[in-house]
Amino acid sequence: MAAAEKTLVVRDLKTHFFTKAGVVKAVDDVSFEVGRGEIMGLVGESGSGKTVTGFSILDLVDPPGRVVEGRILFNGVDLVGLDEEAMRRLRGNRIAMIFQDPMMTLNPVLRVDTQMIEAVLAHDDVDKRTARERARDALGRVGIPSPDERLRSYPHQFSGGMRQRVAIAIALLNKPDLIIADEPTTALDVTIQGQILYEAQKLCRETGTAMIWITHDLAVVAGLAETICVMYAGRIVEKGRIDDVLDRPAHPYTRGLIGSVPSHNRRGDPLYQIPGMTPSLLALPPGCAFRERCPRADQACRAEPEVSTPRPGREIRCFHPHLETAA
Amino acid sequence: MSLAEPPMIETREVSKRFVKSLDLAARIARRLGADVREEVVHAVDQVSIRVERGEVVGLVGESGCGKSTIGRMIAGILRPSAGSILFKGEELSEMSPKTAKDAALAVQMIFQDPFASLNPRMRVADIVGEAPLVHGLVARAELSDYLDQVMRRVGLDPAFKRRYPHQFSGGQRQRVGIARALAVQPEFLVCDEAVAALDVSIQAQVLNLFMDLRRDLDLTYLFISHDLSVVEHISDRVVIMYLGRVVESAATPELFARPNHPYTHALLGEVPRLDLRRRSYAPVKGEIPSPLEPPPGCHFHPRCPHAMARCREEMPALREIAPGRWSACHLNDG
Repeated sequence: MAAAEKTLVVRDLKTHFFTKAGVVKAVDDVSFEVGRGEIMGLVGESGSGKTVTGFSILDLVDPPGRVVEGRILFNGVDLVGLDEEAMRRLRGNRIAMIFQDPMMTLNPVLRVDTQMIEAVLAHDDVDKRTARERARDALGRVGIPSPDERLRSYPHQFSGGMRQRVAIAIALLNKPDLIIADEPTTALDVTIQGQILYEAQKLCRETGTAMIWITHDLAVVAGLAETICVMYAGRIVEKGRIDDVLDRPAHPYTRGLIGSVPSHNRRGDPLYQIPGMTPSLLALPPGCAFRERCPRADQACRAEPEVSTPRPGREIRCFHPHLETAA
Repeated sequence: MSLAEPPMIETREVSKRFVKSLDLAARIARRLGADVREEVVHAVDQVSIRVERGEVVGLVGESGCGKSTIGRMIAGILRPSAGSILFKGEELSEMSPKTAKDAALAVQMIFQDPFASLNPRMRVADIVGEAPLVHGLVARAELSDYLDQVMRRVGLDPAFKRRYPHQFSGGQRQRVGIARALAVQPEFLVCDEAVAALDVSIQAQVLNLFMDLRRDLDLTYLFISHDLSVVEHISDRVVIMYLGRVVESAATPELFARPNHPYTHALLGEVPRLDLRRRSYAPVKGEIPSPLEPPPGCHFHPRCPHAMARCREEMPALREIAPGRWSACHLNDG
């Protein structure tokens, strides 16, 4: 598929933070694309740069951080360097974000209807009644019972799961082309998480909305996404179709990550441990950032690995990928 | 395990009620005839759990189901409102002060957030070393060696003794919490969401540590978690709770292979798994009801696909439906 048909194409994105202690390369040369109705999982551990990637797309990175390089093509338009007013018209309208904590989205002292109607009117020239109807429909769509009544509630009158659904309903209000969901179910109980995942799947299938699902939980992404990007220390180390990556992980980090997830066919066996811990982004080893923890590292890894493409749609950033298991 | 040996920990119909007492304004309003009542939360409602020596029992449930409250009662942090807790066959509330102290030391707790459970102004040496010194488990002269030994045991470099909790990463801090618990040579550990806040790769390290400690120190665990994959991995037996009550308990492979209670069914159905791709989630309807006003009868009936008239009125008893398998559901009555 040509790049122009994709909802979002990110190319060579670099977001760096210029701190007193040095330059933190939170996102370093990241490229990916998401097509219409597609869900992409962006997976990584704390500090891997997955959230900053999401923030960069929406131009929400605060100083001392900024996007220093790269292109973010949204429906063919480059968002990097777009003026603030044009960006404002996109945010919450064509691109929406869902945060881990719904209270990042919701104003605690305003009723839900006030907030939702405002979000509609900010982008659309409709009367208040239409805006209200749209708000009610959005609440209904995310499975909130008696949406007419709940519109008049304040955020604190909702439970955690309900609140997250309200945040999702607000994201849906203007039928965006792209939703960036940053760990939206991490704080929720399993049954509530199941409901949210169900709504997300339905939404993408029915409206063609593209979605980036940022999470540390491989198992959630396994059940939800079509494609997956695994991030480590600011870089995408492995990318591909979900089955391909999870069944035939090639990067030693991806393999380690999958091995450390408890799974029912290995009950009681020791889990695989990735040796060492995530290095500080300020003191990354030169070359491959993973090499000090990597069982396959050798002299070659002191240089920076380039992206290789063993088969179409699959990208790996490693000198010694596990390819012998590939089909 | 001989049959004669009493379980390491047993709770007998333990309940815990939290009462939000009326403030002055509400008391005056009541005097004037307003219908205000004290709010009572039945956090734990007649729960009986047995943990045999050497066993790892997983206690699973969603927010507000009372799993942490049980853990805290067993660890002696909270007192039960009703029922009794037995340590090696002896009731905690009827022990002599000396035995009660020994029991309190033998049962230690590990918390979810090591930041909140470790004093930020104390050095690791004091956090870990204080209790064994106070309780006379180790002489002051030998304390330093003892600390080195405990820290190595949990995989921490003894050189870090002089550090403060904030100087550690999340995984290391959790190890400090484990070292603190191990320092008094416990027999039983209550782990309350002990790996929930950790990254996957760090979680794997801590879970492996728990399994090593169990093998090397002959420990018994009550492993409280909302994460079914973690519980399935580490436990011998699983107890499922919903809104203060036990709904099902069984040996781990049994429970995951053949869940009996509709809630267990629903819960297992929602667990994301690596090997299930692009599945269609079929959500459990409804929300977890408020424990302030739990539904009558079976607490799960408003969300249960099989609910009958009886479920709305009569609370199902936890019955043994097969050897070692317990479930509280009217459907089992055929």
